[in-house]
Amino acid sequence: MADAKTLDERLPVHGMGQIGTPWWGMLCLFATEGILFAYLIFSYAYLGSQGFQAWPPTGGPPSLSLAIPATVLLVGSSFVLEFAKRRARTGDIALARVALVIGILMGAGFIALGLKEWSDRPFSLSTDSYSSIYFVLTGTHLAHVALGLIALTVLLVWSMTGRIAPGHEQHRSLITLYWHFVDVVWLFVFATVYLAPRLA
Amino acid sequence: MSPVDPNPPISPNPPEIAATLEAAWGEAPGLKGWFGSVDHKVIGIRYLFTAFAFLVVGGLEALVMRIQLARPDAAVLNPEQYDQLFSMHGVTMIFLYALPVLSGFSNYLWPLMLGSRDMAFPRMNALSFWLFLAAGIFLYLSFPFGAAPDGGWFNYVPNSSSEFSPGPNIDVYCLGLIFLGISTTVGSANFIVTLLRMRAPGMSINRLPIIVWGTMTASVANLFAVPAVSLACLFLWFDRNLGTHFFEVSGGGQPLLWQHLFWIFGHPWVYAIVLPAMGMVSDALPVHCRRPLVGYTLVAMATVATMVVGFGVWLHHMFATGVPTLALSFFSAASFVIAIPSAISVFAWIATIWTGRARITVPFLFFTSVILLFVIGGVSGVMTASLALDWQLTDTYFIVAHLHYVLIGINLFAVTGAIYHWFPKMSGRMMDERLGRWVFGLMFAGFNLAFLPMHWLGLAGMPRRVYTYGSDMGFSSTNLVVSIGAFLFAFGILLFFINIWLGRRSGRVAGPNPWDGPTLEWAISSPPPVYNFAVIPVIASRHPLWEERLGDTGEKSLFAEGFLLDRGKETLAVTPLDGEPDVILKMPGDSWLPFALSVALMPLFGGLLLHSVALGAFGGIATLIILIRWYAPGGDTAQDEAVRVYG
Repeated sequence: MADAKTLDERLPVHGMGQIGTPWWGMLCLFATEGILFAYLIFSYAYLGSQGFQAWPPTGGPPSLSLAIPATVLLVGSSFVLEFAKRRARTGDIALARVALVIGILMGAGFIALGLKEWSDRPFSLSTDSYSSIYFVLTGTHLAHVALGLIALTVLLVWSMTGRIAPGHEQHRSLITLYWHFVDVVWLFVFATVYLAPRLA
Repeated sequence: MSPVDPNPPISPNPPEIAATLEAAWGEAPGLKGWFGSVDHKVIGIRYLFTAFAFLVVGGLEALVMRIQLARPDAAVLNPEQYDQLFSMHGVTMIFLYALPVLSGFSNYLWPLMLGSRDMAFPRMNALSFWLFLAAGIFLYLSFPFGAAPDGGWFNYVPNSSSEFSPGPNIDVYCLGLIFLGISTTVGSANFIVTLLRMRAPGMSINRLPIIVWGTMTASVANLFAVPAVSLACLFLWFDRNLGTHFFEVSGGGQPLLWQHLFWIFGHPWVYAIVLPAMGMVSDALPVHCRRPLVGYTLVAMATVATMVVGFGVWLHHMFATGVPTLALSFFSAASFVIAIPSAISVFAWIATIWTGRARITVPFLFFTSVILLFVIGGVSGVMTASLALDWQLTDTYFIVAHLHYVLIGINLFAVTGAIYHWFPKMSGRMMDERLGRWVFGLMFAGFNLAFLPMHWLGLAGMPRRVYTYGSDMGFSSTNLVVSIGAFLFAFGILLFFINIWLGRRSGRVAGPNPWDGPTLEWAISSPPPVYNFAVIPVIASRHPLWEERLGDTGEKSLFAEGFLLDRGKETLAVTPLDGEPDVILKMPGDSWLPFALSVALMPLFGGLLLHSVALGAFGGIATLIILIRWYAPGGDTAQDEAVRVYG
């Protein structure tokens, strides 16, 4: 006679990392967002190779004086947030929160430097094809950083108000993972906008 | 009248377990249950219904155009109206019918075929439907204002730049496609994770139905292809509204960049809207031939190979634009090569019919006609892969004929056959076979009468997208035949809807497995219970319901014993490749969030269209708040749970 019974074996509920489904969903997001940046970089290269004799058309390669500190801030913030995530996992919530705040400030610093760089440009969005792709490529990235900052801030609020219990580590892990992704994308954007013109 | 299949379902549904599961999985009462449903079967049927509604709209647009073109120098439509009609016809059929109808099938069928209880992300599943509907409404709201897109479905610049198309029409197109792209992306991600994780134990990748391979391939392709068109639309919207120079030649912009980005998306998309339909044929045709599909592995690999090569042929839409010879040769060669994987499926189907014992049912008629129409559309495709011929035929009615043979031939005929095949599962009743034969006859005759002569029109030099032609050009009588065929075809489709309606009302009761199919969806009652499988089966072969007759000597699939998962709304996730039980997932219940998010995006896109910062900001902030609410940590933090089994 068939009937229902409970076994001694146990299975995890939801599961962390690759065992749960949200991690896989996040990977799909990275795939589609990653290719979006690939198409942006393709468009940059296409416009650069088909139009003007010189690329950028005026004033030479963009200056590195703000871009390098910005890069250091963003890459550094990834390490700080990874540290925060690992501290939280071992139960050291206070230190995790401090690191999270530092990470958020570094991300905000990156955005501030990016906006400063925008306002220092001798051209505007509608000047020519270079200015168009420059602003839209860096702007799309800045928008992703801003979204990440919102997510990190919400995470901080959840952490302070006690909504994140030990069973919710997935939230923290995935937001941190997203931040790493945005960080890696920046390296490609940086190489395209700042380094590639210096190779020509 | 006795049911077609009087046997009880093979997968058991003991009453005491059914009561527990019904309580956990049943829809919330009232409006929340309606707007908030996350049941993949409800969402699948909504997808199908909405896609067919758009098919009717797009079809009526086509009929108006065929009235205009039935005779020379007609003045039913003026050029502006004609432009909007053919643009909306293309946009509707390609974006709002062809993919969504396949998503509807996949949504409905996947968890049933995979032996699961739902998709991986049920709320995202509801979101992708509501976004699809919202984007469709967004595109069509412009219609009464005479502001519908009018640059064709591929909307080439500079024709669609603000200089030559100053009205809001093209902005509606740009924003509408970005809007719809979110729906497609969300849906695709859901299919991919569902495939990887949401299967019955033992359902390894070499046991998946081909429709799963088709939809999975299309979904991966969509993740990679959709951003190209969204980006192109964003660029164009910037060019038109903020004075950038992506495509504007004056500031160093490149009009051809539009074509590259559009077709990098557009060509894989063409395969995305046929591969799942080919999967339907590969899965359902063998049932009517009473044997397994010939060459399962080859067909599965060919599905993936078609898409891989499909990413390398986009330039064949641009042969006439002056790209370098080396590029022309490469893309021409790739376009020839892609015929090979496509042909593998065709030969597999023919071999299945040849070596099987076919029942001449209505689905069988539709699926065999797919083979014929696909061959005709495929051959005209291979012809235009040749540069020399393409230069003569591009932008003529030959291309119109080719693309309709491919899209109607493989998509619509396969979908219609699939409705006849899976309608009994969805509704519990059969569609009338005799009326179905009339439907098939009318659709098949009408379709060929409408589209076969278009080949001659193209060869005779009739350009596509002209709103009329002179009586001295020799196109008149052929065009009349085309128009008659179009109306005949439309009449067949009308009869098809009547057939569905009659079947729902008074069709013969189907029983769990009326066609005697081999796959898991036929192991449960028709229509299936809300939780699909009371006991999650354990799968040991590709044809779990045919193991006896195929003489499989190995392990048998288990239906009467398996995982129970009856502690609330929960299901099982497995390891990606081998299908080993891995984790218990607590599934979300009905929720307002997906509907609310789709509604919130309307003012966001509306604000962008109308240049209203307030409206846009309102939509943006509402979206953000809903998203935060969506991902807020829930109350349940249990780390693990004891396994409960039945049997």
